[in-house]
Amino acid sequence: MTSDKSFFDFISNGLPGPELRKDADNAILPARQLAFSRFRALGLPSVKTEEWRYTNIQRFLKDSFSLAQEEGTITAEQLKTVNTRVPQLDSYTAVLVNGRLQTALSKLPAEGKVSISTLSGAANNTQLQLWFDKHPHLQQQPFAALNAALFADGLFIEAGVNASLDKPLHILHIYTTAENAFIQPRHLLVLHKGATLEIVESSVGLNETAIAFVNSVTEIILEENAELWHYNLQSSEKNSRHIYHTSTVQKADSRYHHFNFTLPSAELTRNNLSVALTGSNTETNLHGLYLATDQQHVDNHTFVDHLVPNCNSNELYKGVLLDNSNGVFTGKIHVHQDAQKTNAFQQNNNLLMSEKASINSQPQLEIYADDVKCSHGFTVGRFSEESLFYLRSRGIGEEAAKTLLVNAFAFDITDQVHIPALQDFLSEKIRKYVSGAINN
Amino acid sequence: MLTIKNLHAEVDGKKILKGINLEIKRGEMHAIMGPNGSGKSSLSSVLAGRENYTVTEGEVIFEGKNLLDLSPENRAREGIFLAFQYPVEIPGVSNLNFLKTALNEIRTYHGLAPIEAKEFLKLTKEKQQLVDFNANLMNRSLNEGFSGGEKKRNEVFQLAMLDPKLAILDETDSGLDIDALRIVAAGVNKLRSVDKAFMVITHYQRLLDYIVPDFVHVLYDGRIVKTGNKELALELEEKGYDWLKEEVHQKESV
Repeated sequence: MTSDKSFFDFISNGLPGPELRKDADNAILPARQLAFSRFRALGLPSVKTEEWRYTNIQRFLKDSFSLAQEEGTITAEQLKTVNTRVPQLDSYTAVLVNGRLQTALSKLPAEGKVSISTLSGAANNTQLQLWFDKHPHLQQQPFAALNAALFADGLFIEAGVNASLDKPLHILHIYTTAENAFIQPRHLLVLHKGATLEIVESSVGLNETAIAFVNSVTEIILEENAELWHYNLQSSEKNSRHIYHTSTVQKADSRYHHFNFTLPSAELTRNNLSVALTGSNTETNLHGLYLATDQQHVDNHTFVDHLVPNCNSNELYKGVLLDNSNGVFTGKIHVHQDAQKTNAFQQNNNLLMSEKASINSQPQLEIYADDVKCSHGFTVGRFSEESLFYLRSRGIGEEAAKTLLVNAFAFDITDQVHIPALQDFLSEKIRKYVSGAINN
Repeated sequence: MLTIKNLHAEVDGKKILKGINLEIKRGEMHAIMGPNGSGKSSLSSVLAGRENYTVTEGEVIFEGKNLLDLSPENRAREGIFLAFQYPVEIPGVSNLNFLKTALNEIRTYHGLAPIEAKEFLKLTKEKQQLVDFNANLMNRSLNEGFSGGEKKRNEVFQLAMLDPKLAILDETDSGLDIDALRIVAAGVNKLRSVDKAFMVITHYQRLLDYIVPDFVHVLYDGRIVKTGNKELALELEEKGYDWLKEEVHQKESV
């Protein structure tokens, strides 16, 4: 791409040739073409687009990016470096470099009722054909459409009826590129009836100078009575820009527990998380914790769509903001007319540790049913001087005191994490974060 | 141990302490009494290092060190403990974790290794009994949802755990019923020793029935206007503060 053309013009010139679509499988080519026309019709969002009001995405697209989506490789030595930056879990691991599965570096479960493969290799799978790019909430999202048109590869995970794994699956997303690149991975998870999985995703960039712009889509289908614990950790370095779409469909009696942990220091993180409740008696828990420093911009855009009666959703997002960082939280809850007996709760709390940090938070509740319980709340605050003095008067230094208070603030979220090693990793991250804040 | 010389302090430009002189030696129990607004709690705040107070004159020497140069945490590490009049509730910080952090920060300051888990547990159990502190509260968030009495017991329990040289009790008796008062006072008495000193701030003589002071000081308008022994407390209980106030004003007009 040349820098005198806008990103949109560049891409709109036509669906780039097959060299940009490495799967080279024609089974989903019509779907890709459809998505591409959708992208062209939607156009790139600007700050005038309601959904992108507080995130000026065009600012992050001004640089020139290669769309080639190089395979990218990493050495065992580099993997060691990555491992110092992600939680060490007793788990299976799937290592992906620029969205492509590295079987040799991975530790996948033995063949069984849970299969983990590449999306490109599954083009003819009936589940893929059934679900690919079908999530209703993805239809209006230009970056999701762009991803469907141009994604290179990703994971396809299918858990059979009543299947489960004896350990969590840790997916390591590693991004490495020598020149500025626009990387588009795509994943599909299908949990059939009664299946249970625990998945931890960690994203790490290995770039020193080049910018990795990652536009990723994960579609998740939870069939009846399936349960997914889904942790998403982002701790890429500064020159990383991320737009994530996680779109989940929940059928009757299914349970979805999602966690978004946005840690320093990618300059842009936009999480689009949406859950469509299409069956009754579901449980949805959405947790988020964002710790931002420097010029980081962290935008959590969530949508819980109550389409049917008797579903429970509970959302809690908390943020700690330093320096000039910027937080955005949008929490949309749509309770349709038929969705009686809905319980939908939402809360967003923020702790500002700097005069220059800011947060924009907007709950959007649209309720068309009359027999429901819904609530939302938003707070923004600073450290309580009295609490700090109390701790210091007991001999606890400023750093340790603030660490205790930030950990306490995050406790509602970290306490819900079911993997102790992950909890430890997070509290260590918090400790380093606070220590960095004080010693800067 | 502690020498306060001509201490003046103000908060938001308002003069609160106007020349306090006080000497506290090891093993001594000092009671500070006085009417509302006389500066009793301010004195404890200045000693503990509360940041909204500005010292404008005078000095405070604690164990040979200039106390006013030290941060609140270093004062605590040097051996000063303030039992708060209104202990703070901190949701999400467990009592146990808080105490362990405090203990280890103090130990690190003195070049000691962190306390062993086993030893910490033993110490905790031992000190809990001292003030009859409910063990169930240990894993709860710090003071969150504690009753007034539980909070005050927790203060004395922390005092026992951190083992300071000088303990300042700021109206620890307020909000306690007579049974809780006895328990807390008994705990304090057990902690008395020849190398520790106490400064007990109170409104009422009642507490001093249980914790017998060596000295009683009356604070009025930012100064110590009278010092006596425990008999002075009894006299105040009987006659109130008005006669003292008159005495002060008479002296001033002379």
